[in-house]
Amino acid sequence: MTDPIKPEWAKLEWRGVRKRFDGAPVLDGLDLSVAAGRSLVIIGGSGQGKSVTIKVAMGLLNLDAGQVLIDGRSLTAMNGRARRELFSRIGVLFQGAALFDSLSVWENVAFRLINADGVPRKAAKERAIEALGRVRLAASVADSYPSELSGGMQKRVGLARAVVANPEIIFFDEPTTGLDPITASAINELIVEQVRGLGCTAVSITHDLASARAIGDEIAMLHAGKIIWRGTPAELDRTDNPYVRQFVDGRADGPMASLV
Amino acid sequence: MASAQAAVPAVLKPLRTIGRSTLGALRMVGSVGVFAVRGVAGVFSPPWFPMQLLRQLLAIGFFSLPVVGLTAVFTGAALGLNIYTGGGRFNAEQVMPQIVALGITRELGPVLAALMLAGRVSAAIAAEIGAMRATEQIDAMRTLSTDPFRYLVAPRLLAATLVLPLLTLIADIIGVAGGWLVAVRILDFNSTIYIRNTMNFIEVWDVGSGLIKAAVFGFIVALMGCYHGYHAKGGARGVGRATTHAVVSSAILIFASDYFLTTLFTNA
Repeated sequence: MTDPIKPEWAKLEWRGVRKRFDGAPVLDGLDLSVAAGRSLVIIGGSGQGKSVTIKVAMGLLNLDAGQVLIDGRSLTAMNGRARRELFSRIGVLFQGAALFDSLSVWENVAFRLINADGVPRKAAKERAIEALGRVRLAASVADSYPSELSGGMQKRVGLARAVVANPEIIFFDEPTTGLDPITASAINELIVEQVRGLGCTAVSITHDLASARAIGDEIAMLHAGKIIWRGTPAELDRTDNPYVRQFVDGRADGPMASLV
Repeated sequence: MASAQAAVPAVLKPLRTIGRSTLGALRMVGSVGVFAVRGVAGVFSPPWFPMQLLRQLLAIGFFSLPVVGLTAVFTGAALGLNIYTGGGRFNAEQVMPQIVALGITRELGPVLAALMLAGRVSAAIAAEIGAMRATEQIDAMRTLSTDPFRYLVAPRLLAATLVLPLLTLIADIIGVAGGWLVAVRILDFNSTIYIRNTMNFIEVWDVGSGLIKAAVFGFIVALMGCYHGYHAKGGARGVGRATTHAVVSSAILIFASDYFLTTLFTNA
Protein backbone atom coordinates (compact mmCIF):
# COMPACT_ATOMS: atom_id res chain seq x y z
CA MET A 1 0.00 0.00 0.00
CA THR A 2 1.28 3.45 -0.91
CA ASP A 3 1.47 5.98 1.86
CA PRO A 4 -0.14 9.17 0.48
CA ILE A 5 2.15 11.32 2.61
CA LYS A 6 5.28 9.57 1.36
CA PRO A 7 5.33 8.58 -2.30
CA GLU A 8 7.77 5.82 -3.19
CA TRP A 9 9.78 7.84 -5.72
CA ALA A 10 10.55 10.89 -3.67
CA LYS A 11 12.56 13.50 -5.51
CA LEU A 12 12.58 15.72 -2.49
CA GLU A 13 11.97 14.78 1.11
CA TRP A 14 11.88 16.51 4.49
CA ARG A 15 12.49 13.94 7.21
CA GLY A 16 11.87 14.96 10.85
CA VAL A 17 12.99 18.51 10.14
CA ARG A 18 13.16 20.85 13.11
CA LYS A 19 14.02 24.52 13.00
CA ARG A 20 13.81 27.10 15.76
CA PHE A 21 14.19 30.85 15.72
CA ASP A 22 15.08 32.51 19.04
CA GLY A 23 13.99 29.35 20.81
CA ALA A 24 10.54 29.23 19.19
CA PRO A 25 9.90 26.15 17.04
CA VAL A 26 8.92 26.96 13.45
CA LEU A 27 9.32 23.49 11.96
CA ASP A 28 8.56 20.82 14.52
CA GLY A 29 9.49 17.45 13.06
CA LEU A 30 8.28 18.12 9.55
CA ASP A 31 7.84 15.04 7.36
CA LEU A 32 7.00 15.65 3.73
CA SER A 33 7.98 14.34 0.34
CA VAL A 34 7.38 15.15 -3.30
CA ALA A 35 7.45 12.56 -6.05
CA ALA A 36 9.52 13.22 -9.16
CA GLY A 37 7.63 15.21 -11.76
CA ARG A 38 4.85 16.23 -9.36
CA SER A 39 3.81 19.71 -8.32
CA LEU A 40 3.16 20.14 -4.59
CA VAL A 41 1.70 23.30 -3.13
CA ILE A 42 2.12 24.03 0.56
CA ILE A 43 -0.56 26.22 2.08
CA GLY A 44 -0.88 27.55 5.59
CA GLY A 45 -1.32 30.64 7.66
CA SER A 46 1.22 33.38 8.12
CA GLY A 47 4.11 32.42 10.37
CA GLN A 48 3.44 28.70 10.12
CA GLY A 49 6.82 27.97 8.50
CA LYS A 50 6.07 27.78 4.78
CA SER A 51 9.00 29.94 3.72
CA VAL A 52 11.30 28.18 6.17
CA THR A 53 10.20 24.82 4.70
CA ILE A 54 11.44 25.70 1.24
CA LYS A 55 14.46 27.67 2.45
CA VAL A 56 15.85 24.64 4.29
CA ALA A 57 15.36 22.61 1.11
CA MET A 58 17.20 25.25 -0.91
CA GLY A 59 20.09 25.15 1.57
CA LEU A 60 19.51 28.77 2.56
CA LEU A 61 18.82 27.87 6.20
CA ASN A 62 20.54 25.25 8.32
CA LEU A 63 18.47 22.62 10.10
CA ASP A 64 18.43 22.14 13.85
CA ALA A 65 17.52 18.47 13.41
CA GLY A 66 16.32 16.08 10.74
CA GLN A 67 17.27 15.80 7.11
CA VAL A 68 16.36 17.16 3.70
CA LEU A 69 16.96 14.58 1.01
CA ILE A 70 17.20 15.28 -2.69
CA ASP A 71 17.28 12.18 -4.86
CA GLY A 72 17.91 10.32 -1.62
CA ARG A 73 21.03 12.35 -0.78
CA SER A 74 21.10 14.36 2.42
CA LEU A 75 21.61 18.07 1.90
CA THR A 76 23.38 18.49 5.24
CA ALA A 77 25.93 15.81 4.33
CA MET A 78 26.91 17.56 1.10
CA ASN A 79 30.14 19.54 0.85
CA GLY A 80 30.40 22.92 -0.89
CA ARG A 81 31.00 21.49 -4.37
CA ALA A 82 28.13 19.02 -4.09
CA ARG A 83 25.84 21.81 -2.96
CA ARG A 84 26.87 24.02 -5.89
CA GLU A 85 26.20 21.09 -8.20
CA LEU A 86 22.83 20.64 -6.52
CA PHE A 87 21.95 24.31 -6.92
CA SER A 88 22.66 24.01 -10.63
CA ARG A 89 19.65 21.62 -10.76
CA ILE A 90 17.33 23.93 -8.84
CA GLY A 91 15.36 26.96 -9.98
CA VAL A 92 13.67 29.44 -7.66
CA LEU A 93 11.04 32.11 -8.19
CA PHE A 94 11.21 34.38 -5.15
CA GLN A 95 8.23 36.21 -3.70
CA GLY A 96 9.38 39.64 -4.85
CA ALA A 97 11.18 38.12 -7.86
CA ALA A 98 14.52 39.14 -6.21
CA LEU A 99 15.90 40.47 -9.47
CA PHE A 100 19.33 42.12 -9.31
CA ASP A 101 18.49 45.77 -9.84
CA SER A 102 21.99 46.69 -11.04
CA LEU A 103 21.71 44.24 -13.95
CA SER A 104 19.55 44.35 -17.05
CA VAL A 105 16.70 41.90 -17.58
CA TRP A 106 18.72 39.57 -19.81
CA GLU A 107 21.72 39.68 -17.43
CA ASN A 108 19.36 38.66 -14.63
CA VAL A 109 17.99 35.75 -16.61
CA ALA A 110 21.47 34.72 -17.76
CA PHE A 111 23.11 35.27 -14.35
CA ARG A 112 23.70 31.58 -13.65
CA LEU A 113 24.75 30.83 -17.21
CA ILE A 114 27.40 33.58 -17.20
CA ASN A 115 28.66 33.45 -13.61
CA ALA A 116 28.35 29.78 -12.68
CA ASP A 117 28.25 27.84 -15.94
CA GLY A 118 30.79 29.93 -17.85
CA VAL A 119 28.58 30.42 -20.90
CA PRO A 120 29.91 33.27 -23.12
CA ARG A 121 27.83 36.45 -22.79
CA LYS A 122 26.59 36.39 -26.39
CA ALA A 123 25.32 32.82 -26.17
CA ALA A 124 23.93 33.49 -22.69
CA LYS A 125 22.00 36.49 -23.99
CA GLU A 126 20.47 34.36 -26.76
CA ARG A 127 19.37 31.76 -24.22
CA ALA A 128 18.02 34.48 -21.93
CA ILE A 129 15.94 35.99 -24.75
CA GLU A 130 14.66 32.52 -25.62
CA ALA A 131 13.66 31.99 -21.95
CA LEU A 132 11.96 35.40 -21.90
CA GLY A 133 9.95 34.28 -24.93
CA ARG A 134 8.85 31.19 -23.04
CA VAL A 135 7.25 33.42 -20.39
CA ARG A 136 5.70 35.66 -23.10
CA LEU A 137 8.07 38.58 -22.74
CA ALA A 138 9.29 40.30 -25.88
CA ALA A 139 12.99 40.47 -26.68
CA SER A 140 12.69 44.26 -26.46
CA VAL A 141 12.56 44.08 -22.63
CA ALA A 142 15.89 42.25 -22.48
CA ASP A 143 17.93 45.43 -22.16
CA SER A 144 15.54 47.09 -19.69
CA TYR A 145 16.24 47.20 -15.96
CA PRO A 146 13.96 45.53 -13.37
CA SER A 147 12.85 48.92 -11.98
CA GLU A 148 11.37 49.75 -15.39
CA LEU A 149 9.04 46.72 -15.32
CA SER A 150 5.64 46.14 -13.69
CA GLY A 151 5.28 43.62 -10.85
CA GLY A 152 3.82 41.03 -13.20
CA MET A 153 6.64 41.45 -15.69
CA GLN A 154 9.20 41.16 -12.91
CA LYS A 155 7.59 37.87 -11.87
CA ARG A 156 7.85 36.66 -15.48
CA VAL A 157 11.51 37.63 -15.58
CA GLY A 158 11.99 35.78 -12.29
CA LEU A 159 10.28 32.75 -13.81
CA ALA A 160 12.47 32.96 -16.91
CA ARG A 161 15.54 33.08 -14.64
CA ALA A 162 14.25 30.04 -12.73
CA VAL A 163 13.74 27.90 -15.84
CA VAL A 164 16.55 29.08 -18.14
CA ALA A 165 18.95 26.33 -17.03
CA ASN A 166 16.29 23.58 -17.30
CA PRO A 167 16.19 22.72 -13.59
CA GLU A 168 14.99 19.41 -12.13
CA ILE A 169 13.31 21.06 -9.14
CA ILE A 170 11.66 24.49 -9.03
CA PHE A 171 10.56 26.32 -5.90
CA PHE A 172 7.87 28.98 -6.13
CA ASP A 173 7.66 31.32 -3.16
CA GLU A 174 4.25 33.03 -3.15
CA PRO A 175 4.26 33.35 -6.96
CA THR A 176 1.08 35.43 -7.22
CA THR A 177 1.38 37.64 -4.14
CA GLY A 178 0.79 41.30 -4.95
CA LEU A 179 -0.58 40.66 -8.43
CA ASP A 180 -4.04 41.44 -9.75
CA PRO A 181 -6.26 38.37 -10.44
CA ILE A 182 -5.73 38.48 -14.20
CA THR A 183 -1.96 38.75 -13.98
CA ALA A 184 -1.96 36.11 -11.22
CA SER A 185 -3.93 33.78 -13.50
CA ALA A 186 -1.44 34.39 -16.32
CA ILE A 187 1.47 33.62 -13.98
CA ASN A 188 -0.27 30.42 -12.82
CA GLU A 189 -0.69 29.32 -16.44
CA LEU A 190 2.96 30.03 -17.18
CA ILE A 191 4.06 28.08 -14.11
CA VAL A 192 1.99 25.04 -15.11
CA GLU A 193 3.26 25.30 -18.68
CA GLN A 194 6.91 25.56 -17.65
CA VAL A 195 6.75 22.81 -15.01
CA ARG A 196 5.02 20.41 -17.41
CA GLY A 197 7.26 21.43 -20.28
CA LEU A 198 10.40 20.75 -18.31
CA GLY A 199 8.97 17.67 -16.59
CA CYS A 200 10.44 18.92 -13.34
CA THR A 201 9.36 18.62 -9.72
CA ALA A 202 7.78 21.76 -8.27
CA VAL A 203 7.22 22.91 -4.73
CA SER A 204 5.20 26.08 -4.19
CA ILE A 205 4.08 27.93 -1.11
CA THR A 206 1.13 30.26 -1.24
CA HIS A 207 -1.82 31.79 0.58
CA ASP A 208 -3.66 32.08 -2.71
CA LEU A 209 -6.01 29.09 -2.92
CA ALA A 210 -6.90 29.81 -6.55
CA SER A 211 -3.21 29.65 -7.38
CA ALA A 212 -2.79 26.47 -5.29
CA ARG A 213 -5.62 24.76 -7.17
CA ALA A 214 -4.25 25.91 -10.53
CA ILE A 215 -0.62 24.89 -10.15
CA GLY A 216 -0.70 21.96 -7.72
CA ASP A 217 -1.09 18.26 -8.42
CA GLU A 218 -1.26 17.99 -4.66
CA ILE A 219 -1.79 20.42 -1.82
CA ALA A 220 -0.41 20.06 1.71
CA MET A 221 -1.35 22.19 4.67
CA LEU A 222 1.30 23.26 7.15
CA HIS A 223 0.27 24.19 10.67
CA ALA A 224 2.42 24.57 13.79
CA GLY A 225 5.48 23.29 11.94
CA LYS A 226 3.91 20.04 10.70
CA ILE A 227 1.91 18.85 7.72
CA ILE A 228 -1.62 18.32 9.00
CA TRP A 229 -3.36 17.47 5.73
CA ARG A 230 -2.46 16.48 2.19
CA GLY A 231 -4.60 15.78 -0.85
CA THR A 232 -5.51 16.76 -4.37
CA PRO A 233 -7.07 20.13 -5.25
CA ALA A 234 -10.44 18.39 -5.62
CA GLU A 235 -10.09 16.86 -2.14
CA LEU A 236 -9.35 20.28 -0.69
CA ASP A 237 -12.97 21.30 -1.19
CA ARG A 238 -14.34 18.04 0.20
CA THR A 239 -12.20 17.55 3.26
CA ASP A 240 -13.75 17.85 6.70
CA ASN A 241 -10.41 18.56 8.37
CA PRO A 242 -11.37 21.48 10.62
CA TYR A 243 -8.07 23.32 10.12
CA VAL A 244 -8.26 23.08 6.35
CA ARG A 245 -11.95 24.00 6.37
CA GLN A 246 -11.26 27.11 8.42
CA PHE A 247 -8.41 28.11 6.12
CA VAL A 248 -10.34 27.44 2.90
CA ASP A 249 -13.45 29.19 4.16
CA GLY A 250 -11.38 32.09 5.49
CA ARG A 251 -13.14 32.13 8.86
CA ALA A 252 -11.63 33.85 11.90
CA ASP A 253 -13.32 31.36 14.25
CA GLY A 254 -12.08 27.81 14.27
CA PRO A 255 -9.36 25.56 15.68
CA MET A 256 -6.56 27.79 14.43
CA ALA A 257 -5.78 30.87 16.48
CA SER A 258 -6.34 34.11 14.60
CA LEU A 259 -3.69 34.51 11.91
CA VAL A 260 -3.88 38.30 12.11
CA MET B 1 17.54 29.74 33.09
CA ALA B 2 15.09 32.40 34.23
CA SER B 3 15.49 31.36 37.86
CA ALA B 4 19.28 31.54 37.57
CA GLN B 5 18.99 35.10 36.29
CA ALA B 6 16.58 36.04 39.05
CA ALA B 7 19.02 34.67 41.62
CA VAL B 8 21.70 37.22 40.70
CA PRO B 9 21.96 39.75 43.54
CA ALA B 10 21.30 43.35 42.55
CA VAL B 11 24.85 44.34 43.40
CA LEU B 12 26.19 41.92 40.78
CA LYS B 13 23.88 43.01 37.98
CA PRO B 14 26.34 45.59 36.60
CA LEU B 15 28.91 42.79 36.36
CA ARG B 16 26.44 40.69 34.42
CA THR B 17 25.85 43.58 32.06
CA ILE B 18 29.60 44.06 31.59
CA GLY B 19 30.01 40.34 31.00
CA ARG B 20 27.25 40.24 28.41
CA SER B 21 28.65 43.30 26.64
CA THR B 22 32.13 41.76 26.60
CA LEU B 23 30.83 38.48 25.22
CA GLY B 24 28.81 40.39 22.62
CA ALA B 25 31.88 42.36 21.58
CA LEU B 26 33.99 39.20 21.35
CA ARG B 27 31.29 37.52 19.26
CA MET B 28 31.29 40.53 16.97
CA VAL B 29 35.10 40.45 16.62
CA GLY B 30 34.96 36.75 15.80
CA SER B 31 32.16 37.26 13.33
CA VAL B 32 33.99 40.10 11.55
CA GLY B 33 37.16 37.99 11.54
CA VAL B 34 35.45 35.02 9.91
CA PHE B 35 33.75 37.35 7.43
CA ALA B 36 37.10 38.94 6.53
CA VAL B 37 38.76 35.55 6.03
CA ARG B 38 35.94 34.41 3.72
CA GLY B 39 36.17 37.68 1.78
CA VAL B 40 39.96 37.45 1.42
CA ALA B 41 39.67 33.79 0.38
CA GLY B 42 37.37 35.00 -2.39
CA VAL B 43 40.06 37.43 -3.56
CA PHE B 44 42.70 34.72 -3.89
CA SER B 45 40.70 31.77 -5.19
CA PRO B 46 38.52 31.37 -8.29
CA PRO B 47 35.98 32.00 -9.61
CA TRP B 48 36.83 35.69 -10.05
CA PHE B 49 34.48 38.32 -11.37
CA PRO B 50 36.62 40.88 -13.22
CA MET B 51 33.63 42.96 -14.37
CA GLN B 52 32.56 43.36 -10.77
CA LEU B 53 36.10 44.41 -9.81
CA LEU B 54 36.16 46.96 -12.62
CA ARG B 55 32.81 48.40 -11.51
CA GLN B 56 34.05 48.71 -7.96
CA LEU B 57 37.34 50.29 -9.00
CA LEU B 58 35.31 52.95 -10.78
CA ALA B 59 32.70 53.38 -8.03
CA ILE B 60 35.16 53.41 -5.14
CA GLY B 61 38.14 55.04 -6.80
CA PHE B 62 37.31 57.25 -9.73
CA PHE B 63 34.08 58.69 -8.35
CA SER B 64 35.72 59.45 -4.99
CA LEU B 65 38.37 61.65 -6.59
CA PRO B 66 36.46 64.97 -6.32
CA VAL B 67 35.60 64.61 -2.65
CA VAL B 68 39.09 63.41 -1.72
CA GLY B 69 40.73 66.16 -3.79
CA LEU B 70 38.62 68.94 -2.26
CA THR B 71 39.23 67.64 1.26
CA ALA B 72 42.97 67.46 0.63
CA VAL B 73 43.37 70.95 -0.84
CA PHE B 74 41.52 72.68 2.00
CA THR B 75 43.22 70.58 4.67
CA GLY B 76 46.65 71.33 3.17
CA ALA B 77 45.85 75.04 3.08
CA ALA B 78 44.51 75.12 6.66
CA LEU B 79 47.43 73.04 7.89
CA GLY B 80 49.83 75.47 6.24
CA LEU B 81 48.25 78.45 7.97
CA ASN B 82 48.27 76.72 11.35
CA ILE B 83 51.91 75.64 11.05
CA TYR B 84 52.89 79.15 9.96
CA THR B 85 51.09 80.65 12.98
CA GLY B 86 52.48 78.05 15.40
CA GLY B 87 55.95 78.19 13.91
CA GLY B 88 55.89 81.95 14.30
CA ARG B 89 55.90 81.55 18.07
CA PHE B 90 59.38 80.00 17.79
CA ASN B 91 60.50 82.13 14.84
CA ALA B 92 60.33 78.94 12.78
CA GLU B 93 57.86 79.95 10.04
CA GLN B 94 60.30 78.69 7.41
CA VAL B 95 59.69 75.04 8.40
CA MET B 96 56.14 75.28 7.06
CA PRO B 97 56.82 73.44 3.73
CA GLN B 98 58.50 70.52 5.46
CA ILE B 99 55.88 70.12 8.19
CA VAL B 100 53.00 70.42 5.74
CA ALA B 101 54.55 67.73 3.55
CA LEU B 102 55.24 65.47 6.51
CA GLY B 103 51.81 65.96 8.05
CA ILE B 104 50.00 65.35 4.79
CA THR B 105 51.94 62.34 3.56
CA ARG B 106 52.33 60.48 6.84
CA GLU B 107 49.02 61.25 8.49
CA LEU B 108 46.39 63.51 7.02
CA GLY B 109 46.47 62.24 3.43
CA PRO B 110 45.69 58.61 4.24
CA VAL B 111 43.39 59.32 7.21
CA LEU B 112 41.28 61.97 5.52
CA ALA B 113 41.03 60.05 2.25
CA ALA B 114 39.94 56.99 4.25
CA LEU B 115 37.37 58.98 6.24
CA MET B 116 35.95 60.42 3.04
CA LEU B 117 35.77 56.90 1.65
CA ALA B 118 34.10 55.69 4.84
CA GLY B 119 31.41 58.32 4.44
CA ARG B 120 30.93 57.86 0.74
CA VAL B 121 31.78 54.25 -0.01
CA SER B 122 31.31 52.25 3.19
CA ALA B 123 27.81 53.67 3.56
CA ALA B 124 26.99 52.99 -0.09
CA ILE B 125 28.27 49.41 0.12
CA ALA B 126 26.29 48.74 3.31
CA ALA B 127 23.13 50.23 1.81
CA GLU B 128 23.46 48.31 -1.46
CA ILE B 129 24.25 44.93 0.08
CA GLY B 130 21.73 45.54 2.88
CA ALA B 131 18.99 46.27 0.33
CA MET B 132 20.00 43.12 -1.56
CA ARG B 133 19.67 41.16 1.68
CA ALA B 134 16.26 42.69 2.43
CA THR B 135 14.92 41.89 -1.05
CA GLU B 136 16.28 38.31 -1.08
CA GLN B 137 18.75 39.08 -3.86
CA ILE B 138 21.57 37.50 -1.85
CA ASP B 139 19.50 34.34 -1.36
CA ALA B 140 18.73 34.41 -5.08
CA MET B 141 22.43 34.66 -5.87
CA ARG B 142 23.16 31.57 -3.77
CA THR B 143 20.44 29.59 -5.52
CA LEU B 144 22.01 30.65 -8.82
CA SER B 145 25.19 28.77 -7.84
CA THR B 146 27.10 31.99 -7.19
CA ASP B 147 28.85 32.63 -3.89
CA PRO B 148 27.95 36.16 -2.66
CA PHE B 149 31.34 36.39 -0.95
CA ARG B 150 33.12 36.00 -4.26
CA TYR B 151 30.68 38.07 -6.30
CA LEU B 152 29.89 40.89 -3.86
CA VAL B 153 32.45 41.00 -1.06
CA ALA B 154 35.78 40.03 -2.64
CA PRO B 155 35.69 42.60 -5.51
CA ARG B 156 34.83 45.40 -3.06
CA LEU B 157 37.60 44.41 -0.62
CA LEU B 158 40.17 44.21 -3.40
CA ALA B 159 39.05 47.41 -5.13
CA ALA B 160 39.10 49.51 -1.95
CA THR B 161 42.47 48.08 -0.87
CA LEU B 162 44.01 48.88 -4.27
CA VAL B 163 42.36 52.22 -4.84
CA LEU B 164 42.78 54.01 -1.52
CA PRO B 165 46.60 54.17 -1.81
CA LEU B 166 46.17 55.76 -5.25
CA LEU B 167 43.62 58.22 -3.90
CA THR B 168 45.98 58.95 -1.01
CA LEU B 169 48.85 59.64 -3.38
CA ILE B 170 46.65 62.11 -5.21
CA ALA B 171 45.49 63.58 -1.89
CA ASP B 172 49.15 63.97 -0.84
CA ILE B 173 49.97 65.93 -3.97
CA ILE B 174 46.85 68.08 -3.76
CA GLY B 175 47.27 68.62 -0.01
CA VAL B 176 50.87 69.76 -0.39
CA ALA B 177 49.71 71.98 -3.25
CA GLY B 178 47.10 73.48 -0.90
CA GLY B 179 49.85 74.40 1.55
CA TRP B 180 51.95 75.79 -1.28
CA LEU B 181 49.02 77.90 -2.52
CA VAL B 182 48.53 79.52 0.90
CA ALA B 183 52.25 79.99 1.40
CA VAL B 184 52.85 81.63 -1.95
CA ARG B 185 49.60 83.59 -2.36
CA ILE B 186 48.96 84.72 1.22
CA LEU B 187 52.15 84.33 3.22
CA ASP B 188 54.58 85.62 0.56
CA PHE B 189 56.77 82.49 0.41
CA ASN B 190 58.97 82.11 -2.65
CA SER B 191 57.41 79.42 -4.81
CA THR B 192 60.68 77.85 -5.98
CA ILE B 193 62.17 77.73 -2.48
CA TYR B 194 58.93 76.26 -1.07
CA ILE B 195 58.90 73.47 -3.64
CA ARG B 196 62.64 72.81 -3.26
CA ASN B 197 62.36 72.63 0.54
CA THR B 198 59.47 70.23 0.25
CA MET B 199 61.21 67.96 -2.25
CA ASN B 200 64.53 67.96 -0.37
CA PHE B 201 62.90 67.15 2.95
CA ILE B 202 60.39 64.51 2.05
CA GLU B 203 61.58 60.87 2.04
CA VAL B 204 60.19 57.92 0.16
CA TRP B 205 59.24 56.26 3.44
CA ASP B 206 57.12 59.28 4.43
CA VAL B 207 54.95 58.70 1.38
CA GLY B 208 55.30 54.90 1.45
CA SER B 209 54.19 54.54 5.07
CA GLY B 210 51.12 56.64 4.30
CA LEU B 211 50.29 54.44 1.33
CA ILE B 212 50.59 51.27 3.42
CA LYS B 213 48.22 52.83 5.95
CA ALA B 214 45.87 53.70 3.11
CA ALA B 215 45.76 50.10 1.89
CA VAL B 216 44.81 48.93 5.40
CA PHE B 217 42.20 51.67 5.71
CA GLY B 218 40.75 50.78 2.31
CA PHE B 219 40.34 47.18 3.40
CA ILE B 220 38.66 48.32 6.63
CA VAL B 221 36.24 50.64 4.82
CA ALA B 222 35.09 47.94 2.39
CA LEU B 223 35.02 45.24 5.08
CA MET B 224 32.78 47.28 7.37
CA GLY B 225 30.45 48.21 4.52
CA CYS B 226 30.15 44.62 3.35
CA TYR B 227 29.86 43.14 6.84
CA HIS B 228 27.12 45.44 8.09
CA GLY B 229 25.23 45.30 4.79
CA TYR B 230 25.43 41.51 4.64
CA HIS B 231 24.05 41.18 8.16
CA ALA B 232 21.34 43.84 7.79
CA LYS B 233 18.01 42.76 9.27
CA GLY B 234 14.57 44.27 9.44
CA GLY B 235 13.90 45.95 6.10
CA ALA B 236 14.48 49.66 5.51
CA ARG B 237 15.23 50.37 9.16
CA GLY B 238 17.79 47.60 9.22
CA VAL B 239 19.46 48.94 6.09
CA GLY B 240 19.64 52.41 7.66
CA ARG B 241 21.15 50.95 10.81
CA ALA B 242 23.68 48.96 8.77
CA THR B 243 24.73 52.12 6.96
CA THR B 244 25.27 54.01 10.20
CA HIS B 245 27.19 51.12 11.76
CA ALA B 246 29.37 50.80 8.67
CA VAL B 247 30.42 54.46 8.75
CA VAL B 248 30.93 54.65 12.52
CA SER B 249 32.84 51.38 12.80
CA SER B 250 34.96 52.26 9.75
CA ALA B 251 35.91 55.62 11.29
CA ILE B 252 36.77 54.11 14.68
CA LEU B 253 38.83 51.31 13.15
CA ILE B 254 40.62 53.78 10.88
CA PHE B 255 41.71 55.88 13.86
CA ALA B 256 42.63 52.85 15.97
CA SER B 257 44.64 51.16 13.23
CA ASP B 258 46.26 54.51 12.38
CA TYR B 259 47.64 54.70 15.89
CA PHE B 260 48.97 51.15 15.85
CA LEU B 261 50.45 51.48 12.36
CA THR B 262 52.09 54.80 13.28
CA THR B 263 53.57 53.18 16.37
CA LEU B 264 54.82 50.28 14.26
CA PHE B 265 56.35 52.55 11.61
CA THR B 266 57.90 54.86 14.18
CA ASN B 267 59.62 51.96 15.92
CA ALA B 268 60.68 50.34 12.65
